[in-house]
This record gives sequence, C-alpha cells and structure tokens, in this order.
Amino acid sequence: MLAVVSFLCGLLFAFGLGLSGMTRPENVIAFLDITGDWNPALAFVMVGAIGVHGLAYPFVTRRDRPVLEAQFFVPQKKRVDWRLVAGAVLFGVGWALGGYCPGPALTSLASFHRESLIFVGCMLLGMSLFHFSFSKK
Amino acid sequence: MIVDGNQILMALSGGVLIGLAVTLMLALNGRVTGISGITYRSFADFSRDGLWRLSFLVGLLFGGALLVELSPSVIFNSLEYPTWRTALAGLFVGFGTLLGGGCTSGHGVCGMSRLSIRSIVATLTFISAGALTVFFIGA
Repeated sequence: MLAVVSFLCGLLFAFGLGLSGMTRPENVIAFLDITGDWNPALAFVMVGAIGVHGLAYPFVTRRDRPVLEAQFFVPQKKRVDWRLVAGAVLFGVGWALGGYCPGPALTSLASFHRESLIFVGCMLLGMSLFHFSFSKK
Repeated sequence: MIVDGNQILMALSGGVLIGLAVTLMLALNGRVTGISGITYRSFADFSRDGLWRLSFLVGLLFGGALLVELSPSVIFNSLEYPTWRTALAGLFVGFGTLLGGGCTSGHGVCGMSRLSIRSIVATLTFISAGALTVFFIGA
C-alpha cells in the first residue's frame, strides 16, 4: 500500500512539474537570469507548493502518526554546517549550468532528449562520487 | 523582465499539484518527498523498507512518459548547450544535492513549508548560486 501511494504521488508530482513549466529548462534559466531577461514565473511554483504544503503541514503532523506508518520520518537536524552550504552552492551552480534539478530531469527521461539523458547519467555519477568519498554513517 | 500571466497561472497550478503530492506522501506514508535523497537511497541502501522510494521514482518516470504521450511540448529542452556544460551540470547537481542534504523538493518545498532553518538557508543559497552562475557565464 505504501508503495502504491508513493507511485501515485510520483505520478502527481510529475504532472505538477509538467504543468508548471519546470520540465522546460529554458524557464529555469530565465528564472535565474535576474539581471537579464528575468522571467519570475517559476517562483510561483514554490508559492503554490509551499502554499498548499505549508498550510497542511501543521494539520497533518498534529496526528500521532501517518495513516500507513507507525511514525513520521521528518528530518530533525537543526545545525547549519559547511556541508549544507557548500552542497547548496554546488547544486545551484549545476542547476544554472543545465537548467535541471533532479525531479524535472528524471521526469524528462521519457522524452529521450539527449540533454536529459546526459544530465541524469552524470547526476547518478555525481551521486556515486559522493557515495564513495563523503558518505559515512 | 518578462511577465506572462498565463505562464504564472500554470506555474501556480503546477505548484499546487506538487504541494498536494508531498502532502499526501507525508499524511499517508509519513515521508518527506526529497527527490535527490529518494534517488540516491533507491540505489545506495535498497531494502524492503525502501521500496516506497523506488515506486515513487517509477511513478515520476511513468508520469513523464504520459506527459510525453499526451503533450510532448511540455517536456522539451530548447537550450542547445554544449555537452560538457550539461555533463558538468549533472555532476554538480548529483554531488551537491547529497552533500547539502536536499534539492528543490526536499529543501525548497518540504523544508521551507515546515520553516526548517537548514532548508531556508539551503534554498536561498542554491537560488543565489544559480543566479550568480547565469550572471557570470550567461544564459
């Protein structure tokens, strides 16, 4: 059941990305091009998503547990450290270089466009590099 | 500056769908929808408990396939960047999202929605780094 819900949420998420324009990298670049031909439209993806989830979050977590699990799995870390900031800088640079963040890149795979295939391949490579160098726990 | 009312409305509606998806994931499965972490851990520590991650990814890919089928122009890349630029982008995004503990979904949507300090710092940082990159190397 957990897996079915996840599948449907993935599906809904993909439709949201498609409808919002996130799966067209030129929109992402135009959103980041603040001093050029700035197109702030993609800011409204966050407005919509945070609008819904931010309002729902307190109500959802007021319950003791989610419907299908024994507990909520929400990150509890509070400390801002160099990893967080350095990682976000690297991610931001990569986002602007390719116009993709992970969700839209994966959603775009089905188009078999050269760019999305190269991007996702290299993203998985970057994740492996992290796994074999930095990951410890 | 470009202001396109129709595009803004689409962005807002798409955002609402994304907000619904992450809310359902939390309310039913108790999970945060962080796509970089879901992708990484689908491969790195796959166990039966991790099946939900893989099925989320399958849903995302299948959703993409439906979009390509129904409305191909929705998924399109008109940027003709050289291969090295796209490849470097993927490497940075893969490594950076894991080092920073999240991407646009985990930090930008889920973390920001619960007012997590880490996520607010991360989101402001990656948007600023992205804007500076476009400023220096061009769109």
